[in-house]
Amino acid sequence: MPAPSPTAEKLYNFSKVCEILDKHDRLPSKIIPILQEVQEEYRYLPEEILTFVATSLGISPARVFGIATFYSHFSLEPKGKYIIKVCDGTACHVKGSSGLIETIERELNLSEKVHTTPDLLFTLETVSCLGACGLAPAVVINDKVYGQVSKKQMKELIAEYRAKED
Amino acid sequence: MKNQASVTINGKRVPLEGEKNLLALIRKSGVEMPTFCYHSELSVYGACRLCIVDIEGRGIDTSCSTPPRDGMVIKTHTPKLRKMRKTLIELLLANHETNCTSCDKTNACKLKDLAADLGVKEIPYKKTREHREPDLLSPSLLRYPDKCVLCGDCVRYCNEIQGVGAIDFAYRGEDVVVTPAFNKSLAHVDCINCGQCAAVCPTGAIVVKSETDKVWEALADESKTVVAQIAPAVRASLGEMFDMPASAVTLGKIMSALKYLGFSEVYDTSFGADLTVLEETNEYLERKRAGNRTTMFTSCCPAWVKYAEQFHPELLPQVSSCMSPQGMVGSLSKKLVAQTENKSEEDVIMVSIMPCTAKKFEAHREELSSDGVPLIDHVLTTQELGKMIREGGILFKDIAPAAADLPFGLYSEAGLGFGASSGVSEAVARYAARSLNNRDLLSFEPETNPEYPEWKEVIINDDNVKLKMAISSGLKNTEKLIQKINSGEVSYDIVEVMACPGGCIDGAGQPVSYESGKAEVRRKALKDAGKITPVHCPEENPYIQRIYEKMLGGKEGSPEAHELVHTSYQSRKRIADHTMELASSTQEAPVEINVCVGTSCFLRGSQEILSGMTSKIEQEDWKDRIDLKATFCSENCAHGPTVTVGEKKMTQTSLESVVKEVESQLGIKEPAGVKG
Repeated sequence: MPAPSPTAEKLYNFSKVCEILDKHDRLPSKIIPILQEVQEEYRYLPEEILTFVATSLGISPARVFGIATFYSHFSLEPKGKYIIKVCDGTACHVKGSSGLIETIERELNLSEKVHTTPDLLFTLETVSCLGACGLAPAVVINDKVYGQVSKKQMKELIAEYRAKED
Repeated sequence: MKNQASVTINGKRVPLEGEKNLLALIRKSGVEMPTFCYHSELSVYGACRLCIVDIEGRGIDTSCSTPPRDGMVIKTHTPKLRKMRKTLIELLLANHETNCTSCDKTNACKLKDLAADLGVKEIPYKKTREHREPDLLSPSLLRYPDKCVLCGDCVRYCNEIQGVGAIDFAYRGEDVVVTPAFNKSLAHVDCINCGQCAAVCPTGAIVVKSETDKVWEALADESKTVVAQIAPAVRASLGEMFDMPASAVTLGKIMSALKYLGFSEVYDTSFGADLTVLEETNEYLERKRAGNRTTMFTSCCPAWVKYAEQFHPELLPQVSSCMSPQGMVGSLSKKLVAQTENKSEEDVIMVSIMPCTAKKFEAHREELSSDGVPLIDHVLTTQELGKMIREGGILFKDIAPAAADLPFGLYSEAGLGFGASSGVSEAVARYAARSLNNRDLLSFEPETNPEYPEWKEVIINDDNVKLKMAISSGLKNTEKLIQKINSGEVSYDIVEVMACPGGCIDGAGQPVSYESGKAEVRRKALKDAGKITPVHCPEENPYIQRIYEKMLGGKEGSPEAHELVHTSYQSRKRIADHTMELASSTQEAPVEINVCVGTSCFLRGSQEILSGMTSKIEQEDWKDRIDLKATFCSENCAHGPTVTVGEKKMTQTSLESVVKEVESQLGIKEPAGVKG
């Protein structure tokens, strides 16, 4: 199957937003589940989509912006295709997760302020606990869990995902 | 009497008379209670904690959010409470940008006053908040987030009274900030510039943009002739800045102060109001004669006009085409002064003095300019004029009064009435009666219909004059009225809208006042000023007649009048720059298709057009020849769905006709009768 063209993808996403709104009967009280589902579609919350959601629900765009910035789950910046979540809970921290974070930041040229690579391939996030303490330090890339990851393995993983794109 | 419910406040029994919260009761008992976040007309927020009281048996709680109960015993100023308040102020000041001497709010800052009252000497805490850039782009209002105490007054006013919600809280914890959507400037969002956020702000976090420097500069420039006009409501409140009782004589002093400052001619905006009465009544009667039975909305309030442009573009044809009185006086006087002084219009500088911050925005409207020269160059608020008088070293209290200059200085009682809510309606109704019945109305009493407490109505049934009018102030109230009119539940011939509750007299450009009852004093002063005006009706104003003969084609609604004192409106996007690019071509001159997906077009099926168009683009492989964009309102909501293909705007359109038009513009097919 050929990959969908960017146009088709954008349009598909947009009609998805309309579906999400309809599914929740365009109720302002459902704003949080609506934003969650929109973020699923776009991987983040684009400004123009937030404005569209706000007008559709009859809430001011400023309020929707307030809601979207309140919860750290929501992102107003585009996220990478691969989201690397490094667990920094107690067990993982003790087993050296901060070293992993440093490795990733160095490899991808990221920092405390820049979480996403300019080519929108990777986003680095830290999470407090994945509930996989037995695998510490644990890393999740999109939906795939990697246990007892070493710095060396981390570098290899990044290279592996990069290679997928070439 | 003995059985009456009461609360003991600081040892004194205070009877309960329906007060909603302890704070109101405490203030009634004559005790001053500091607050930042409490305004009786807004919802209770309980954030600033300054109104804390000690309730016996219950401990310390905020009085604004506590309903009074019979038998309560409370104390308001115990050592513990005073210490807590002082700590609260110290914490607020720790993060506050304390450049008080150069702050616009320096004379009316609640934070500064409280810090002094509570004896704050030093701030024991470190600054923890990051600096946030001020927002200086709006023509009306400036925001300094570093001065914000997060009381939320502005947020609630904008939401609860105006129903706009241009600003809100964003982020969390220490990063919380009051901001327009997406951290944009107020200039680029749906702010209507009413300025009430600045009026309720207890500090200098939102202030009115000052234009005094530009006016001083113009006054010093000898090549310019600088003229002024002063709005009705200004005379009723300027005295407050000089500790003078509100009185009818303030106007004379203002006129002479303006002359001292160097204005060559001083005019009265009430002249423009007189003209508005004649033009607007005529416009209404003409609409009626043409069989137009829709409601006509007034156009004097620029905040309302922007609101309509953003939220109700379908109503724009129903908004009176009359310029606001400010625009009329600007338009006519610039022409006339330029003629008599033999100067170009660019060298005549018109400065308006207004109770209003939205007038600053109005002056920037493209529609209010002629050949690129604005009709109004600068707008000063009442506050700014007060400051200029002080800066100019004029002893306002002692200055001898002077009269305004002719021809735009003479006005009628009716024109002056524009300064308060219902003034426009009354003037129009009375003029209609005089011209159709040859006699005035006996009375004009706006009443509240208990079913619709949001607005007032007047029903006139007097011989030839049958008029149903609604008078609304505050845009949330107006929104309810519009909804009911659109649903057909109510109908009115004329609707008067003022964005600020009570009308211009309570505009955000007026001197800051935290006292209640000030509005009534101003209203009375304005009424009194009307009573000593020798001309009562606009049509009796001899200079109005003269201007009609000289400049306005001799009669109301003439082509000259349409050229000089009528205007037009444009639908506006709520948030600037929001289009979604769905397909973009790489070619240099592609055909651009914009599909409106604003709420109203969306309901009428713009989504189907959009998805149909995309599959068509895929199907026909037009990707390189077409830019497809979804725009967010609001081009023409009443006639949606709206699609523009290249230069062509298509309303009430369908996928089929859009495809046809695209094909014709791409030169694929040439449908009969359509030229590409």
